[in-house]
Amino acid sequence: MKDNIVNFISENKVVVLFVALCIGAIYVSGNPLTFVAGELFTRFGRNGFMVLALLIPVLAGMGLNFGITIGAIAAQIAVFWIIYWGFEGIQGFLLSVLMSTPIALLFGYLVGKLFNKMKGSEMIAGMVLGYFADGLYQLFFLYVIGGIIPVYSDRLIIPGGIGVKNTIDLTGNLKYSLDTVSMLQLVEIFFYIAVAVLIFKMVFNKVKKTNSSIAKDLIILGIAIVVYVLTFIPAIEAFLASDRLLLLYAVTIGLVFMVLLQIWRIVNNKVIKKDNEYSIKKPIALIIVAGILYAMTYIKPIEVILMYVNIPVTTYLCIVGICFFNNMLLRTRLGQNMRTVGQSRVVANAAGLDVDRIRIIAMVLSTVLACWGQLIYLQNIGTFATYGAHTQVGLFAIAALLVGGASVKKATNKQAIIGIILFHTLFTVAPQAGKQLFNNAQLGEYFRVFVAYGVIAVSLAMHAWKTNIKPSVKQKA
Amino acid sequence: MREKIGNIYNNIGLPRIIITSFFIFLLVISVPLGLNILNLLGDSIRRWAMYGILVLAMVPAVQCGIGLNFGISLGIVAGLLGATLSIELGISNPWLGMLFASAVGILLGGLLGVFYGFMLNKLKGSEMTVSTYVGFSVIAFMNMIWLALPFKNGNLVWPISEQGMRNTISLEGSFGLILNKLWSFSIGNPATGLFVPTGLILFFLAVCFIVYLFMRSKVGMAMSAAGENPEFTRASGINVDKMRIIGTAVSTALAALGIITYAQSYGFLQLYNAPLMMGFHSVAAVLIGGASVGRAKISHVILGAFLFQGILTVALPVANKILPEGNLSDVLRLIISNGIILYALSKTKGGNK
Repeated sequence: MKDNIVNFISENKVVVLFVALCIGAIYVSGNPLTFVAGELFTRFGRNGFMVLALLIPVLAGMGLNFGITIGAIAAQIAVFWIIYWGFEGIQGFLLSVLMSTPIALLFGYLVGKLFNKMKGSEMIAGMVLGYFADGLYQLFFLYVIGGIIPVYSDRLIIPGGIGVKNTIDLTGNLKYSLDTVSMLQLVEIFFYIAVAVLIFKMVFNKVKKTNSSIAKDLIILGIAIVVYVLTFIPAIEAFLASDRLLLLYAVTIGLVFMVLLQIWRIVNNKVIKKDNEYSIKKPIALIIVAGILYAMTYIKPIEVILMYVNIPVTTYLCIVGICFFNNMLLRTRLGQNMRTVGQSRVVANAAGLDVDRIRIIAMVLSTVLACWGQLIYLQNIGTFATYGAHTQVGLFAIAALLVGGASVKKATNKQAIIGIILFHTLFTVAPQAGKQLFNNAQLGEYFRVFVAYGVIAVSLAMHAWKTNIKPSVKQKA
Repeated sequence: MREKIGNIYNNIGLPRIIITSFFIFLLVISVPLGLNILNLLGDSIRRWAMYGILVLAMVPAVQCGIGLNFGISLGIVAGLLGATLSIELGISNPWLGMLFASAVGILLGGLLGVFYGFMLNKLKGSEMTVSTYVGFSVIAFMNMIWLALPFKNGNLVWPISEQGMRNTISLEGSFGLILNKLWSFSIGNPATGLFVPTGLILFFLAVCFIVYLFMRSKVGMAMSAAGENPEFTRASGINVDKMRIIGTAVSTALAALGIITYAQSYGFLQLYNAPLMMGFHSVAAVLIGGASVGRAKISHVILGAFLFQGILTVALPVANKILPEGNLSDVLRLIISNGIILYALSKTKGGNK
């Protein structure tokens, strides 16, 4: 037991250190927990997607993708034009997704091509590439827009007609465009998608005569219709009409879902498959944990927080979606190929994999996801700092990932999520803590930037050190 | 013949050809635009000598095998510490002040460089990636230190709160511009003509010469050998790790001297985030001069610093004539410096499986 604890701490020393740091900083800052939690959940929704976009290149052995700046740039190019053309709300958001994705695809492809020329030094190349792309981006936004491409807008262009203003206010057009999509709208959208897909599938099966049973599709269609009809019941409709979900309800739903999942696992393995090997200890334990967690929501301080924080449902669903995508990718052949390439390019090459192509795909995926992440960030923060919004993207996303215990070689959804929580907690409370401790808020601000740089430096150094030790150990053996 | 031209082309490299022709183009275009070309050249020369030593700091680093040293920020903060200390102590004689600042900076930089070298010896093969972020971290760390240092001199600290150092500190009462003014003269009208800061140029060239002598010395030769072929050098009985530490320490110490020279020529000390990207600029300059990740000579430094600073100096007024707003010079600096670094990186690790 004692060994276990020691092992756990030594394996998760980064996380443990930052948990301690966060608790200390929260305590010192004297900020109320409701404020910290509220701020944290906002920041999680805002930045979470971007951090999760980093996982795929790590899997493919390309290290931490400092080139996500380029994805962010693709997003910002689209956002500028969407605002210029005057689109608003969720239509504007979807259009900017539609417009930025091809740009990000192209950029990602080019970055992948470039990285294939610099295998082994992708990280430094990504860093430098980020700055380089920033230069081109500035050239485009300061001189080409208005200078070469005629753009007439007092709101967006510097007086004089050339170059885009420093900040673009997104209030009234894209601000909260994704966050405010209500659950009702979501259900509706999913319903239409489900119906379309199912009808297409049925027609396809009929025409192709694949003998696939229609009954199953009809049942699913029936369920979809029932769910949709349910939303017309006034009580449910009123609940779903909101775009924010009280954290308390979110936790409750999550726990109920967890319990149901575990029960399904037990039933599936014991009753349906009759698998005697299957141990029900783990699901039972998880159910108990869920019960305890639910009980904890009645503790007063926790309840206060849970009743205080509202989360934007759609944005969080997007984050769940990307986690799910990262997980599913691992189960596909492409994901497995990426892992092989990540472990050893030589082996992958010998196994007949097209290493260069797989690496390019990884970069394209990461760039596109980063681009979407930046769109989510911009719509939430509500002001578009034309020349600043993308510059620190790589730094903060990578630092957050590393704080969660990830490394250059291995990064999981779990680490990313823990990392975002810890890093942004520190980010929220550091200035106030600095003010309380040293009577200087600026010190706290510098401290959090130092943490971001420092954690990356240490992590890169540890990685290099480990890879250096391995060959010398082999030589001895 | 064709092969020969191809060889020359490969040696010089496309980016360098573009940059040199761009520089010449800028100079040529500045005449019809009605700019004062003598003045521009004077500015270029001043900035060349002003940045030169920072660029020179790359030579020992590249030669000893740690690659492009993005971590010269370490030396830069050492130099800044020396300079602030010299002001805090109130050394009013400019020569003594500069001497003191340089001595503290070089010593501190050398010391930090030794530790840094130890660290880099454990990280062979990824020095550049790590050193970039070590450089950033040091600057971020020093941001806190600048705020917290208990300096009292009114020239250093914020006037009202009396806590924490100012962003820019004037060197007027200290060693500002002393090298620039030494033996300086103007060609033509003093206000618009070509101003030659003789002292600064001589100082820069003298430091170049000292480094040249050092690189030619026994230690310097051993160091270059260690960088070029570590296995072979080890076999011939030279301690490669020690050579790398010496190279890193010299590079860091030079960076400390470099920032002091820079500051005296600029007339101000810039603290906090100002030196964040200086490592990148020095790296870019030496690469423009013809260096690669594995090899850098003094001539690369002299040529590269001139081309890089020259373009930035000339581009600004030219751009302002064509486009009245904006700061094209900064944008150009971003594109040129990072473009050339990317190019150099792609040349070294070209497509290995």
